[in-house]
Amino acid sequence: MKILLNNRVEEFDAGSLTVQQLLEIKKYSFRMRTVKVNGRYVPPAEYDKTIINDGDNVQVIYLMSGG
Amino acid sequence: MKADEVREHLKKFRVGIAGAGGLGSNCAMLLARAGVGTLVICDFDTVERSNLNRQFYFLHQCGMKKTEALKENLKMIDEDINVIARDIKLDRENIPEVFAGCDVIVEAFDRAEMKEMIIEAVQTDMSGVPLIVASGLAGWGRNDSIRSRKIDDNLYVCGDESQEVSEDNPPLAPRVVIVAAMQANFVVEILMNRKK
Repeated sequence: MKILLNNRVEEFDAGSLTVQQLLEIKKYSFRMRTVKVNGRYVPPAEYDKTIINDGDNVQVIYLMSGG
Repeated sequence: MKADEVREHLKKFRVGIAGAGGLGSNCAMLLARAGVGTLVICDFDTVERSNLNRQFYFLHQCGMKKTEALKENLKMIDEDINVIARDIKLDRENIPEVFAGCDVIVEAFDRAEMKEMIIEAVQTDMSGVPLIVASGLAGWGRNDSIRSRKIDDNLYVCGDESQEVSEDNPPLAPRVVIVAAMQANFVVEILMNRKK
């Protein structure tokens, strides 16, 4: 499938992925981050049951401490 | 549009600022100068000497509540600005109530966990209110790495999205103020596109 990940087209072998799987494949899981799929905020508790399908628009934002 | 027309327009709006540290105090200062009518500012901390390397406070204010000290400083910029200073620890439960009625909210927390918490609260319970998040401002130099991006109509991010604050990578005024200014600039852009 092809998805839009942070405004770039990316291709994956799988037909669909959970948010949790995507974070692991892209090695995004090490840092605090926030995720939106097709404009909808995904709470961390739903990472393993939210499915990403072909054509979806996924935004992953790293949250770094400091302010 | 002329400068005084911009002020007149911005006067009609209310902006929430979550945290009055390096990001929040400087962002509030910039929005006050721009002419935003009402600022809702939340923090539970007191001003310390070590804050003065980047935060919009002064020596004689050490020991004061940040919310009170900031209100005092903003009133020295514009005596007519309406500052709602809340000496309160924000959490997942109270954010929707504290910032009810705000046209835009600025995330100005220190810890990443708190940033995630306010994103969840605003995106879930305050749908339609844009949130301007800061991520990545530690250290010095590397001007070109600092950026800002609009995720969608409700979420904006400012910072390098990579540099975490640590003992050897402290937050210093220049990069903190750049990011605070980017946040303020998004607020002004959003409000200037609003009719009221």
